[in-house]
Amino acid sequence: MDIRWSLVASVALSLAYTGGASAQQAPAADAPPVKLGIVTFLSGPAASPFGVPSRNGAEIVIEALNAGKAPAPYNTVGFGGTKIEAKYVDEAGSTAQVVTEFRNLVQRDKMDAVVGYISSGSCLAVTPVAEELQALTVYFDCGTPRIFEEKARKYVFRPPPHATMDNTAAARFLLAKKKDIKLLSGINQNYAWGQDSWRDFVGAMKALAPKAAVDKELMPKLFAGEYGAEISTLLTSKSEALHTSFWDGDLESFVYQSQARGLSRRMPILGTAVESVIWRLKDKLPDGTIVGARGANGPLAPDNAYSRWFKQIYTERYNSPPNYPAYQMALSLLGLKVAWESAQKKKGSGKPTTDEVVASFEGISFDAPSGLVRMALGNGHQGIQDTAYGIYKFNKQKNEGEVVDIMRFPAECVNPPAGQNADDWIRDGMKGAKC
Amino acid sequence: MLTAFAIVTDGLVYAAYLFLVAVGLTLIFGVMKILNVTHGSFYAFGAYGAATAAGIWFDRGLPDAGGFLFMALFAMAIGLLIGIIIERGTLRFVYGRDEVVVVLVTYAIFLILEDVIVLIWGPRSYAAYQPMVAAGSIDVGDLTLSIYDIGLVVLAGVVAAAGRWALKYTRYGRLLTVVIFDRETAAAYGINVTVVYTVTFLIGAMLGALGGAVMAPKISVTLGIGVEVIVLAFAVVAIGGMGSVEGALIGALIVGISRAAAVHLVPQLELFVIYAVMALVLGFRPYGLFSQVQPRKI
Repeated sequence: MDIRWSLVASVALSLAYTGGASAQQAPAADAPPVKLGIVTFLSGPAASPFGVPSRNGAEIVIEALNAGKAPAPYNTVGFGGTKIEAKYVDEAGSTAQVVTEFRNLVQRDKMDAVVGYISSGSCLAVTPVAEELQALTVYFDCGTPRIFEEKARKYVFRPPPHATMDNTAAARFLLAKKKDIKLLSGINQNYAWGQDSWRDFVGAMKALAPKAAVDKELMPKLFAGEYGAEISTLLTSKSEALHTSFWDGDLESFVYQSQARGLSRRMPILGTAVESVIWRLKDKLPDGTIVGARGANGPLAPDNAYSRWFKQIYTERYNSPPNYPAYQMALSLLGLKVAWESAQKKKGSGKPTTDEVVASFEGISFDAPSGLVRMALGNGHQGIQDTAYGIYKFNKQKNEGEVVDIMRFPAECVNPPAGQNADDWIRDGMKGAKC
Repeated sequence: MLTAFAIVTDGLVYAAYLFLVAVGLTLIFGVMKILNVTHGSFYAFGAYGAATAAGIWFDRGLPDAGGFLFMALFAMAIGLLIGIIIERGTLRFVYGRDEVVVVLVTYAIFLILEDVIVLIWGPRSYAAYQPMVAAGSIDVGDLTLSIYDIGLVVLAGVVAAAGRWALKYTRYGRLLTVVIFDRETAAAYGINVTVVYTVTFLIGAMLGALGGAVMAPKISVTLGIGVEVIVLAFAVVAIGGMGSVEGALIGALIVGISRAAAVHLVPQLELFVIYAVMALVLGFRPYGLFSQVQPRKI
């Protein structure tokens, strides 16, 4: 064959192939949807502060993605042109029940991915099952660093940073505001979240300010409700700050009771999860409270196209600004979209397999309403982000709270380096932190 | 000295809370021999009802003074309504059945009512802080005490005194005492035990709702509050003796003071101390401090 004809034939074949591929990349209108199982607390005490906002976040983001109305590069329809169909499942119940529901989503409902879980207990229970079933699972909120420190994982991802960052950043912020602090106290709930938060915070304080001593170390039981004795104990203390990882009902109850007894006039509250209640507490939350949002979420979010978009669509629909669980849900869905579409692009045609999405997810970077996410830890399965803390101030004119004096911390300043256990990193003085 | 004073005041406040929650539970058990898990729902409905009433009252700018009374009455009315529905709708059909069966029935109703709360009030939390803010505070040395808390202690004292007076010096109270002592003998003497059961259950339901109403200004009224309360209430009633109002008062004081002492002196033992006290008391008095001698029936 003449070489010219050969060339023409090659080009024609190549064009035909590319055209075919393009045709396959744009899924048919009747293509089966991408099925996502969304698991979060829809009942019980964690529903109001975390579960419902995250469910709302999922609903509104999926709706925007299906309509192709998210900001670029998220403006393709659904995942890679295929619409998303979500099934919402309640996380409430025993861990055995949570695992059973997870199995149902994967084996019975044939979900393409499961996005969910607020409780660290749920995440720890689901992880081995997700690996066993080879089911793509994306955690959006649970904070324990143990998920990827105990063992390498293949099918499990967590784009939002783990809880270590919350407390190391809290210590850095406190020292930036009170560099000569000598005495501090803590009140945290007596379960894994409260104990881990207090341990990380005290560890970070020991590393950064060895002269600061701990006075009162209070661990009331979860959902105690009545904190009279704890408040009296704190009123007799000369502490200059009070660390707490309290959330929702316990946090609100503690604020009401401590405000009535003037505790905030003695010492400011440093709350690592306070942001989730500021829209409800309004002027009941004392000015000067140090606000954490488990990342640069809510009023601590950077001013970018994604945060403006997300805040706007959420507030328009639900008449209240999104709180941090909603941000974390949005972040996780956007991360999954990036991984899915990257896998689809690499494949060239058709729906990517779970293993292809997993391979594309590892180590990616993407933009979210709370800033740039880098899947930098846990062999590319655990995200890190810059974080922020600020100080609460109630704006009487607007009749709403605002966070001022915001200080941002680079991801490498408040997260352990890749391959290092978070506990060990803090205990060794947070060596290698780039602030 | 300051610590000792704080332990006593904190202990009294906590005891007042426990007593107000537990008194209805112990009354129902004393008369009806029902370990009523639904009591947690009465507390939760009382708290939600009080929060709703607070919204109705304070959003209209009505005076603070009547607000708390309105909240308490509104909550007790809800307690009465639910009490009627539960007692007439289900419990009367299982009277005389095995105690375990009755406990399971009340547990099932409790679970159903948790979902009813979601249906009525949704999953969000509610606040009713206005009475506590309006009450203000007083300084005693370095301690600032909430006047609302002091009022809570007074209210618990009034309820305890009223309960004792009603049982000892009123006709219905004496009838109740007869039924508590021996139901069959009471029936043989012509006492309408069914009516006594119904009235007792409704009083217990209203007391449970009152417990929720008085705590509502101090807490975030949110899903699951009934679960936490019922566990503590059982501990108090077990220490005092099932069915004894005096026992509930003493049990609440023991738990309240012990817990406050633990929080101030050894905070790591705060949770342990409640159940350690219970175990200690039950070790020496298996039926509680104020349990009555049970005649052996042949």
